[in-house]
Amino acid sequence: MQQEIIIAGFGGQGVLFGGQVLAYAAMDTGMEVTWIPSYGPEMRGGTANCTVVISDREIGSPLVKNPPLAIALNLPSFDKYESLLATGGTLIVNQSMVDRVAKRVDIQSIFVPCNEIAEEIGDKRLLNMVAVGALLTALPEIGLKDVEKALENHLPAKHQHLLPKNFTALRRGLEHAQKMPA
Amino acid sequence: MTIAPNNLVYDRPEAFTDMPTHYCPGCTHGVAHRLIAEVLDEMKVIDRTIGVAPVGCSVFAYNYFDTDFVEAPHGRAPAMATGIKRVLPDRIVFTYQGDGDLASIGMGEIVHAAARGENLTVIFINNANYGMTGGQMAPTTLPGMKTTSSPDGRDVETQGYPIRMAEMLSTLEGVGYCVKRSLHDPKNIRLAKKAIRTAFETQWRGLGFSMVELLSTCPTNWGMTPVNSLKFVEEHMVPAYPLGDYKITDPIKQIKV
Amino acid sequence: MSRELWKGNEAIAEAAVRAGLEAYFGYPITPQTEILEYLSRRMPKLGRAFLQAESELGAINMVYGAACTGARVMSSSSSPGVSLMMEGLSYIAGTEVPAVLVNVMRGGPGLGNIAPAQGDYNQAVHGGGHGDYPRIVLAPASVQEAIDLMALSFDLAEKYRMITMLILDGSVGQMMEPAEMPEMRSPNRKKFDWATDGALNRDRRVLSSIYLDPLAEEQTNFRLMQRWKEVMANEVRYKEYFLEDAEIVIVGFGTAGRVSLSAVRAARERGIKVGLLRPVTVSPFPYEVLDRLTGQARTFLVVEMNTGQMLEDVRLAVRGRVPVAFYGRTGGVVPFPDEILDEIQRINTEPVSAEADPRQSWLDRMTAIKA
Repeated sequence: MQQEIIIAGFGGQGVLFGGQVLAYAAMDTGMEVTWIPSYGPEMRGGTANCTVVISDREIGSPLVKNPPLAIALNLPSFDKYESLLATGGTLIVNQSMVDRVAKRVDIQSIFVPCNEIAEEIGDKRLLNMVAVGALLTALPEIGLKDVEKALENHLPAKHQHLLPKNFTALRRGLEHAQKMPA
Repeated sequence: MTIAPNNLVYDRPEAFTDMPTHYCPGCTHGVAHRLIAEVLDEMKVIDRTIGVAPVGCSVFAYNYFDTDFVEAPHGRAPAMATGIKRVLPDRIVFTYQGDGDLASIGMGEIVHAAARGENLTVIFINNANYGMTGGQMAPTTLPGMKTTSSPDGRDVETQGYPIRMAEMLSTLEGVGYCVKRSLHDPKNIRLAKKAIRTAFETQWRGLGFSMVELLSTCPTNWGMTPVNSLKFVEEHMVPAYPLGDYKITDPIKQIKV
Repeated sequence: MSRELWKGNEAIAEAAVRAGLEAYFGYPITPQTEILEYLSRRMPKLGRAFLQAESELGAINMVYGAACTGARVMSSSSSPGVSLMMEGLSYIAGTEVPAVLVNVMRGGPGLGNIAPAQGDYNQAVHGGGHGDYPRIVLAPASVQEAIDLMALSFDLAEKYRMITMLILDGSVGQMMEPAEMPEMRSPNRKKFDWATDGALNRDRRVLSSIYLDPLAEEQTNFRLMQRWKEVMANEVRYKEYFLEDAEIVIVGFGTAGRVSLSAVRAARERGIKVGLLRPVTVSPFPYEVLDRLTGQARTFLVVEMNTGQMLEDVRLAVRGRVPVAFYGRTGGVVPFPDEILDEIQRINTEPVSAEADPRQSWLDRMTAIKA
C-alpha cells in the first residue's frame, strides 16, 4: 500500500499544516510517512505545497510527480495539479477560490467551498481542515477518527481550544465530498 | 654559577619554558612575552591558562609559555579563544596577535569577539608591518613608510590609511578594558605590564573583553638598529598611534594592581 | 521511546544534544538554519554553549578551539558556508582533534539556490581544505538515519581524532518523518590525554597543526593515513536492497539513493532484476562490496544529484570489468522515480558499452532532451 498526496495553495492557507495532520494520523496508525514542503523564497506570500507519502513499508522517494491525490486550495494550484494528477486520481478543489470547472474527465475533481464552510464554522483559517476532511473520502487508509486523534495528540497546547471547530471542519468537508456524485 | 636567593634580582618567570626565543635582536616580542609571563606568575594562574598563538612572528609563542597552548589559523585566534572560553569559562584564555593577524585578515573575528564581550584577553602587537613574511605593508603601516610591498612608501591614495584598533574597538559595548601602550622605554614597559595585569584581572573577574595594544619594534624589517627602532617608535609610531586608555569601565577602574 | 514526527534539521539538532553536544557554533544559511534555531532554544536551557558566530569562518574556528579542549562540539551549514569552513577543517584535521560538521547541501556552484543537491560530494569526500587528510563522511537518507548517524558521528570523531561530516541534501533537512530519538546521554566530558584544558596537575600540552620539519609533517601524514586504514577496515556502512539476484545494480547515496529505491521497486514489478546499494558512509567508501557485486552485476547505474562525483569512486571499484552508467540531476533538481525507471529500462534493453564515458553519454542524452 502506498498513498501519495500533494496539498497546494497560497502561503497562509494552512497548506503545510494540512499535510502534517495527515502525516501525524498516518504515523499514529503505525504507517510509514514522509512530509516534505516546497521550501524557500516562495514560502513568503507565494504558492506553497507539500507532499505526503503514506506507506506500509520503507518509503523511497518523498517527492511524487503524478500524485493520485491532491488538494488545490487556489486557482494556480488547480491549474497545476489538475494536469499532473495520475489517471484515476482524486483532486479536492477549493471551489471558493476557483472560477472554472474541471477539464480532465479521467480524474475525479471534487469541488468544496472550503472558505465558505470555514466561515460558517466561525474561523476562516479552518479551510485547510475542510479540504483535508474532503480528501478522506478518497483515502480509505485514514479515517476521520484517526485525523481527529492526530489533532488531539499533536495540536500545540495553545491551540487545543480550537479542537472542536477543527473537528467540525473535518466532518463538514467529508460530508460535503461524500454528497458529491462519484 | 648559582646565585644566592638574596642576590637574585632577575630570573625567568615560572610561566616561561626553558627555551630561548627565536625573535630577532632588538625585537620587542620578547619583552611582551615576559610581561605576560610575569603577570601569569603573579596571578598564579599558569595551570589554568590556555594561550592562543597567531600566525606571524609570534606563531611559536606556544614554545615559550609553560601553559597549555593552541595554534590558530591566521587571524582566527579570537574565534578559537571564544570556542575554548565558552566550554571552559573558568579558565584564563588569551590570544597573542600581530597587526597583520588581528587588523587585517582577522578583523572580523576580533571585532565580533569584542562586540560579544567575550571574556578573554587579547595582547595585540603593533609593529606596522608583516614581520614573518619579510616586512610587507600591514594595515598599521604608517603613511609614507617603505615596506617590501610598498617600496615607494605607503601611498594612502591607493593603499589606504592605517587602522587604529584600540580606538576602534573601544567604541564597542562589549569591551571592558581597551588601552594602548608602548614598549620603547622602561617607563612605558612598566605601564604596559600594569595594563596587561589589569587586562587579565578584567577577564578573571568576568568584566568583559580586554585588549592591550602594544607599539613594538621590528628592527630587521625596518632596516634599523635596535636603538634606532626604539626611537622610531617614540618619534613616529606614538604620534600616529596615541597611547592612552581608550575604554575602562567603572568596575575595572576599581581594580588595583 | 515512541515514534514522533521530526523535521530532519531539528532531529539532527536534538540527536546531537542527546549525544552529549557541549557546544554549537553556527551561522544562518538555508536550508540548514533550523539546526541553528533549534539549538539556540535548546542549548542554553541545558547550560551548554550556543553561539551564532559572525561568519562560517568564525564558527569553524570556534569549533576548532572548543574541540581542542576535548568538548563534544559541532557546527552546521550549507554548501557556500561549508566552503568558507574549509580552512578550519584542514587545521582541525592537521591538529588531530575531533569535530563534527553537518552540511545540508544545496544547489551550486556559487550562490546557486537553496534546493536539494549533492554537489559537495567531492569537496566532502576527496577535497575541501588544503593538504593531505582523511575524514569520515556519513550520508543519511532519512530522518531516522540522520538521528542515528548524528550520535555515531561524535563517537567516530573521538575514536579516530578525525573530522566527521554528515552530508545530506536539503530535502532530508526539510522533510518530516516519524523517528525515534535515543535516550539523553550523560554530557560528562571525556578525559583525553591530548586536550588543552589547562595544565592543572599535569605537564602542559600544545595543540597545533605546525610541523615545520617536512619529515615530521610527513610522519604526521603517515600517521593520519594509518589511522584511516583502521577506519576503512572497521567503519564502512551501507544498505542493500534487492541485491540477491540483481543483474543491474544502482548505486546512490542520500536522497538519490532513496528515490532510486522507488524506481527499483517499480522495475521489479516489471520483472527487471535490479537492486540498490546505498552507501551510508561515503568516506570510507564501500569499495569492497562493490568489488563483490562486480562479480554478479552486468551493469552498474550510478544515480546522484550532481554531475557524477561518486561515479568516479564506483568506477574505481568496478575497474572497467562491467559497464557503469550514470544518471544525475543537478543544480537543485531532485530526480523523480520515473526518470530512474526509464534509465533502468533503457539499460535493460540496450546494453551499455564498457568503453563509453558514462558522464558524457548521460550529458549527451540530457542535452538532447533539452534541445
